[in-house]
Amino acid sequence: MRDSTFKSALSDRTAKTFMGVLFGATLLVTLLNQIFPPDSALHVSAYTVTLLGKYLCYALLALALDLVWGYCGILSLGHGAFFALGGYAMGMYLMRQIGDRGVYGNAELPDFMVFLNWSELPWYWHGFDQFWFAALMILLVPGLLAFVFGWLAFRSRVTGVYLSIITQALTYALMLAFFRNELGFGGNNGLTDFKDLLGFSLQSDGTRVALLMATAISLAFAFVLCRWITGSKLGRVVLAVRDAESRARFIGYRTEHYKLWVFTASAILAGIAGALYVPQVGIINPGEFSPLNSIELVVWVAVGGRATLYGAVIGAILVNYGKTVFTGIMPEAWLFALGGLFVAVTVFMPQGIVGLVEKHWPTLKQRFMKSDSNDDRPSAQGEPS
Amino acid sequence: MGDTFSRILAACLLIMLTSLSWAEELLPEETAPPQTTEETPAEEIAAPLSIQDILNQLTERSFDMKEAAIRQLAEQDSPRVIPLLNALMERELVHNRENDTISLGHKADGEWQLLDPVSEQPIGTVNSRAARPVVINNRLRTVINNQLALFALNSDNSDARAEAAEQLIGNDDPDMLSALRLRRESEDNARVIEQIDTALNIAALSSDDLTTRLNAIDTLSRNLHPEVKNSLNDRLRNTEVDAEKVALEKALARIDARIENFQTADTIFFGLSLGSVLLLAAIGLAITFGVMGVINMAHGELIMLGAYTTYVVQQLLPNSNEWSLLIALPAAFLVSAVVGIFIERFVIRFLYGRPLETLLATFGVSLILQQAVRVIFSPLNRTVITPDWMSGALQINPVFSLTYNRLYIIFFALAVFLGLLTLLKKTRLGLQVRAVSQNRTTARALGIRSERVNALTFGLGSGIAGIAGVALAQLTNVGPNLGQSYIIDSFMVVVFGGVGNLWGTLTAAFGLGIANKLLEPMAGAVLAKILVLIFIILFIQRKPRGLFPQRGRAAEE
Amino acid sequence: MSALDSLRETFRRDQVFDFMRQGTRSVSPGQLDAGDGKNILYLEDITVSFDGFKALNDLTMYIKTGELRCIIGPNGAGKSTMMDVITGKTRPDSGTCFFGQTLDLTRLSETDIATAGIGRKFQKPTVFPEHTAFENLELAMHDAKGTWHSLFTRMSGEQKSWIEETLAQVGLLEDRDKVAGLLSHGQKQWLEIGMVLMQKPQLLLVDEPIAGMTRQEVERTGQLLQSLAGKHSVVVVEHDMEFIRSIASTVTVLHQGSVLAEGTMDQVQNDPKVIEVYLGE
Repeated sequence: MRDSTFKSALSDRTAKTFMGVLFGATLLVTLLNQIFPPDSALHVSAYTVTLLGKYLCYALLALALDLVWGYCGILSLGHGAFFALGGYAMGMYLMRQIGDRGVYGNAELPDFMVFLNWSELPWYWHGFDQFWFAALMILLVPGLLAFVFGWLAFRSRVTGVYLSIITQALTYALMLAFFRNELGFGGNNGLTDFKDLLGFSLQSDGTRVALLMATAISLAFAFVLCRWITGSKLGRVVLAVRDAESRARFIGYRTEHYKLWVFTASAILAGIAGALYVPQVGIINPGEFSPLNSIELVVWVAVGGRATLYGAVIGAILVNYGKTVFTGIMPEAWLFALGGLFVAVTVFMPQGIVGLVEKHWPTLKQRFMKSDSNDDRPSAQGEPS
Repeated sequence: MGDTFSRILAACLLIMLTSLSWAEELLPEETAPPQTTEETPAEEIAAPLSIQDILNQLTERSFDMKEAAIRQLAEQDSPRVIPLLNALMERELVHNRENDTISLGHKADGEWQLLDPVSEQPIGTVNSRAARPVVINNRLRTVINNQLALFALNSDNSDARAEAAEQLIGNDDPDMLSALRLRRESEDNARVIEQIDTALNIAALSSDDLTTRLNAIDTLSRNLHPEVKNSLNDRLRNTEVDAEKVALEKALARIDARIENFQTADTIFFGLSLGSVLLLAAIGLAITFGVMGVINMAHGELIMLGAYTTYVVQQLLPNSNEWSLLIALPAAFLVSAVVGIFIERFVIRFLYGRPLETLLATFGVSLILQQAVRVIFSPLNRTVITPDWMSGALQINPVFSLTYNRLYIIFFALAVFLGLLTLLKKTRLGLQVRAVSQNRTTARALGIRSERVNALTFGLGSGIAGIAGVALAQLTNVGPNLGQSYIIDSFMVVVFGGVGNLWGTLTAAFGLGIANKLLEPMAGAVLAKILVLIFIILFIQRKPRGLFPQRGRAAEE
Repeated sequence: MSALDSLRETFRRDQVFDFMRQGTRSVSPGQLDAGDGKNILYLEDITVSFDGFKALNDLTMYIKTGELRCIIGPNGAGKSTMMDVITGKTRPDSGTCFFGQTLDLTRLSETDIATAGIGRKFQKPTVFPEHTAFENLELAMHDAKGTWHSLFTRMSGEQKSWIEETLAQVGLLEDRDKVAGLLSHGQKQWLEIGMVLMQKPQLLLVDEPIAGMTRQEVERTGQLLQSLAGKHSVVVVEHDMEFIRSIASTVTVLHQGSVLAEGTMDQVQNDPKVIEVYLGE
C-alpha cells in the first residue's frame, strides 16, 4: 500500500527495528539499575539513567528538527526556543508542586517571586498547579508560537537563509526576554529546586527510571508519527515543497499551509522534548534559548543524516555522547571538536552517517560475507584482491 | 529608484542630527549685558598690612574672621596671593602653634616642614602635633574659589577666563559682580562674554527694578546653563509680580523645550553612533552575504580578531598609544582578511550555491576561532587603551556634548562605507566582483578568474570586519564573545536594508541604531532591543526582500 | 475589425454585472465561468516593468475557448513574463487579466489560479526530482489539496488507473517507479506535460515543450497538443518555426512587450514588420 496510516507506520520494519533497539536499551539500563545493588559491577547509576534520558530528549528534539529541515527544507535555527518553552511550561508545574517547601516557605508564591517582593502570582502562572493544564500548555504554547510565527513567515514567502536568520532572531529575542526578572520566569536563574512530579520525588531512582521510560515511549511514538506523516501523501507534498516549491504552487497546493502544518507539528514535538528534559535535569533557564543551542541541534541532525528520521536520533545520541566524553576528559577541546564537526559534516559528509553507511553498505556487506566464507574454507588461500 | 530613495533617506538622517544640534546655535544670540540700575557699593579701605600679618589672622577660630582675612588677602596686589589661596584650599597652609603664625607646610616623616609663605624658603621643622592645617568649611571654600575665579577672570588665557566666569555663575556677591561687569567692558572673547552675561543676568534676577528683572528673564530664556533654570525657578517661587511670573513661566517653558530638543539630538547622536557601529559590523557582511550570497556566521569572530589585533599591537608598542591605532588598522585588516581567505579556500569554496550549508560550516569555524582566542588570550576580557585624542567630548552647550570616540567612529564608519563604495564602483576588482555576483558562468566565460575574485571578495569583506573590530575595541571590552553579540544584529541590518544593496545597509544601520536609542528611554535597553528584533521579524515578513529589494529576473533565483 | 471586436468584448463584459446574472446561471466564487463568449482569457493593456525596463508594454491579447495558440517572438519579447502574469507569479503594474468572465487573475495567488484551471509547463522542465514519475503525477492529480486531506487520504483504484493512463499517454509507463531526477531531459518534458494534464486544466500554458526532444518525440508532442485543443485551450510558446507551422492555427508575434502581429503562420511570416524584427539590422 502506498499511503501509510498510523497503523501501517507502526508495523513497518524500520519502526519495529527502531523500537526494538530503543526499548531494548532502555529496559537493559532500567534492569541493571533496579536489580543490581549499587556496589555491584553491573549496576548502572542513577546518573547514567538520567544521562540516557537526556540523550533521548535530545533525540526527540532532533527528530522534530529533521521533520522540518530534512523533509520540508526549512532550516530552523530557533527550534531550541520551542524546546525551552515546553521546558518552561513543565518547569512552572514543577515550581507550583514545591508548595511551601521552598526556602521562604511561601505556599502561594515560588521562591524567586518572594525574593523579588511580588505580592501575588501573575495571571499566566494560574492553572499550572494542575498537571493536565501544564500538559496542555506544553503542547499549546510552542505550537501556537510556531503557528503564528510560521503563518506570518510562510504567508509572505520568507524562505531559505532569511527564514533561518529570523528564527535565530526569534530565539535570541526570547532569550533576552526570559533573562528579565520582570517577565516572571525566574530571570537569570530560571526555574529550579524542583521536588516532585505527580507526587513522586524527582530524586528517587524509581522516578528517574520512570521518566526514562516515558521519554523512550514518547520518542517511539514520535518516531512512528513522523514515519506516518512522511509516508502519507502529505509527506510527499512536503517533500515536493522542499524540492520545487513554486512547482507545487502551480499545481494547486497552498505550500504555505503545508509548511505551517509541518512547522507547527515539529514545534509541538520539540515542546514535548523540552517538557521531558526539565524534570530529568532539574532546571530550566534562559540559556536554553541561546542561539548556540539551536544551531548545535542542527549539527546533530546533519551528523546523523537528514530526512531519514532515525539518522537524527543517531546523530543526537552520538554527538551528545561525544560531548559528555570530551567535556569529561578535556573540556577546552570540545568547542574545537564541535566546530570541526560542523565543517567536516557539511563539506565532506552532506548526507551524514546514515548516508555514508547507505552508500558503502553494499561493499561492506560483500566484504563481511566474503570474510565469513573465508573462515569456513579450510584451504589456506590468500586474500582475493 | 530604490537607490535614490535610500540615498535621500540617509541624507535626511544626517541632516536631522546636524539641524537639531546646531540650527538653534546658529540663531543670533542676544548677548546684551543686563541693564542695571544698581550702584556699586563703596569699597572699604583696608589698613596696609603685610601678607604675613593678614595670614596670621587665619589663626582665629571664627570662620567669619577667617573669611575677612581671606578677602583681605585677595585684595593684596602680590603674585603670592593665588599660590597662597590655593595652598589654603589644599590644606597646605598650617598654623604653627609654637609661635602662633601661619606658614606653608608639608608633612614628611611625622614632622611638618615649614616654608615661608612669601619667599617659600624653609624655616625649619616642627613636631607633627605642634602645627595643624588651617581649617576651612564649605562657605570659605566657595569664597576662596570665587576669589581665585576673580583672579582668573583677568588672566591672559581666554580658557581660564571662561572657566572663571563659569565658576562665578549664580554668584550674588557684589564684589564679584562688579568685577564681572568690569571685565565685561574689556572682554573680547565671545565665550567669556557669554559666561559673564549669564552670571550678570542671573544676578540681575534679584534686582529691585522690575524692568531689569524682566530684561534679564528674557535674555536668560535663551540660555541653557543649568544654573539659569535653577535661578529662574527660585525667582518664580519668590516673586509676587504677575507680569514677572508670566515671563518666568514662559522662559522656563522655552528652556525646557530647548533642553528637550537637545536631548533628542543627544539620543539621535547616540543612535547614530550605535548605527555606525552596526554599519561597521554589517558592511563586511553586506559584501560576503549580499554580493556573494555566502552566509558567514564567523563574521563576528573576524570582528573579534580585529579587536584582538588592536590589543596585541598596543601590547607590542606600549609607549605609543597615541598612534598605534594607525598600525592596528592595516594590521587588523590583514589578519582578518587572511583568516577570511583561509576560510573561503578551505571551507566555503566547496559550498557555493548551498547557502544553508555555508551557514553551518562557518558557524563551526566561528566556534573554533572563539575557542582559539580563549586558549591563546584567556577567556577574560582584555582592555584596549583609548588614545587621548579620542577621549573627552565636544561641548556644544551645557546640555549637549558629543563624545569624541563616538564622533570619530561615526566619521570612520562613513569613511569606510564610502571607501568600499568607491572600490566596488570604480576599480577593476569591484567590476569583477559585481560581474561574478550577478552571473558566475558568464563572468567565467569572459575570462574572469572567478575563484580568485571569490577569494579576494571574501578577504575584502573579512578585512573590513577586522577594521570594524579596531573601532569596536575603542567602545567595548575585547573578549572572546565580542563577535557573537554582533552577528545577529549585523544580519538583521543586512536583511533589513535589502541584500546586495550597500545604501540599504547604510540606511538600515542608522535607522535601527536610532530606533534602538529612541526606544531605550521608554522601554529600557533590553526591551528596546527585543522590540527592534520583533519589528524586524515582522518587517521581513511583510517585505521579505528588505527595504530596498532587487527586482527583476536575477532576483528571483 | 479586430479593434472593433475587442471594443465589443470590453463593453459586453464590463456592463453585465454579476448580480444581474443570478438566476440565469449560478457561479460560485473561485470557479471558472467561461460565459457564453468565445474567449477564455482576456489580457488587456498589461504593463510590467523591472527597474524601468518594460518587459510587457500595453499588451492586449485574447485566447479563444478551445483554441491552440502559438506565441513566438525574439528573446526578451516578454513571452515568459506574459506566462508569469497569467499564472500569478508576476503582478502587472497596470492592466487587467481575466480568466473567463469573473476571475481577475491579477488578484489571485498562483495556487488559486492553478485550482481555477490553468496549468503551466515551464521553459526549464520542473518536476519533483526526488519523487518517482508516478508520484509526480499523483501530486499533480486533480483532487482536494488541503493538508489534513493529504494526511488521511488513500488513493482509490480509479485514481490509480487514471495516473497509469496518463503515464501511458506520455510514454513513461515503464519508468513509472524511476526517480524523476534520473529521467532524460525529454522524459522530464513529457512528465511535466503529464503533470499539467493531471490537473485537468481549462487552459494549458506550454513553454517551449520540444526543447531537448528527439524528432519522434517532437512529432508525438505535436499530436498530443493538437488532440488537447478543443477540449482545452492551449497556449504554446516556442522558437521552432517548423514545429509551430505543423501544429498552429493562429500565431501571435510578440515584440518588445506588445503584440506585433497576429494571424495564420503564412500571414505572419509575410508581415513586413515581423520580417524586419527577425531579419532586420
